[in-house]
Amino acid sequence: MFGRGLRSLSIASLVLVTSAFALVFFYAPNEADQGFVQKIFYLHVPLAIVALSGFVAGGVYAVRYLQTGDRAHDLRSYVAIHLSLIFGIGVLATGSIWAKASWGAWWVWDEPTLVSFLIVFLLFACYQPLRFSIDDPERQARYAAVFAIIGGAFVPLNFLAVRLAESLIHPRVLSTTGGAMPGEMRLTFLISFVAMVCLFVTLWKYELASKHASMRLRALKRSLAGDEAAGPLARTAAPTQI
Amino acid sequence: MTPALPLDDAGPYVAGAYLVFLALILLYVAIMATKLARIERELVELSELAERRREAPAEEQEEPEAVPR
Repeated sequence: MFGRGLRSLSIASLVLVTSAFALVFFYAPNEADQGFVQKIFYLHVPLAIVALSGFVAGGVYAVRYLQTGDRAHDLRSYVAIHLSLIFGIGVLATGSIWAKASWGAWWVWDEPTLVSFLIVFLLFACYQPLRFSIDDPERQARYAAVFAIIGGAFVPLNFLAVRLAESLIHPRVLSTTGGAMPGEMRLTFLISFVAMVCLFVTLWKYELASKHASMRLRALKRSLAGDEAAGPLARTAAPTQI
Repeated sequence: MTPALPLDDAGPYVAGAYLVFLALILLYVAIMATKLARIERELVELSELAERRREAPAEEQEEPEAVPR
């Protein structure tokens, strides 16, 4: 059900990520101002865009869950947010390393882009504890969906607010007026972005397939060996049935 | 224009950023692999259970039906 196309997606991810890294280090020229350290851009920015899009996707699936009551959408929303949090850790780590190299500080608190991403990350970091705190699976899914929708709607609003705010040091590369990346840099960035999207979708489907297999296995155990053999269902943040 | 950081100084930062990403993905895949191993283990247990049931004599599985008088 969820694992369809996983093999081809995995191969595509491997090829794309390898190609992207090869382009970053052997094709894209060094940026005139920052030099070699700007290579972090091809990792940090696609990771950030994909992580934020994943939060929005979590919100979209939450809407679909509330519309249809289909628990598969709750699972999709949960996994999208879970993966976005992992990608978010990557964004914060790579961003901090880049900041230290370029600005001499691991973190700059008065920079809207950095702080806004941290706020979004911390907001969604509450998603799993919220789910964990609710015992009833039906209520858990419903409350989590409401949270995911509000959080998901907050992401573009937050992005817009940051764009409108005056940036102090964080560059605005992808804008209608700025940017002007040379062809080699633009191509490398695009391949890196597609690679990151492909990797996200692959891991998303991978985790969905794993969770679904686990649920089906539990149901099978219950029907074959009875409730006692299956044991009591431990409280978990993840959806337990679809 | 001279870059802000020369290559020798920038190298460890760039390597660090890419290694962090790689480590994160590897850690995630490793955690998923342990979950997959658990699923496989449970699947083996269930197959053994199903096998034992199949091998059990049919008379033990079926309850004798009550014949109405």
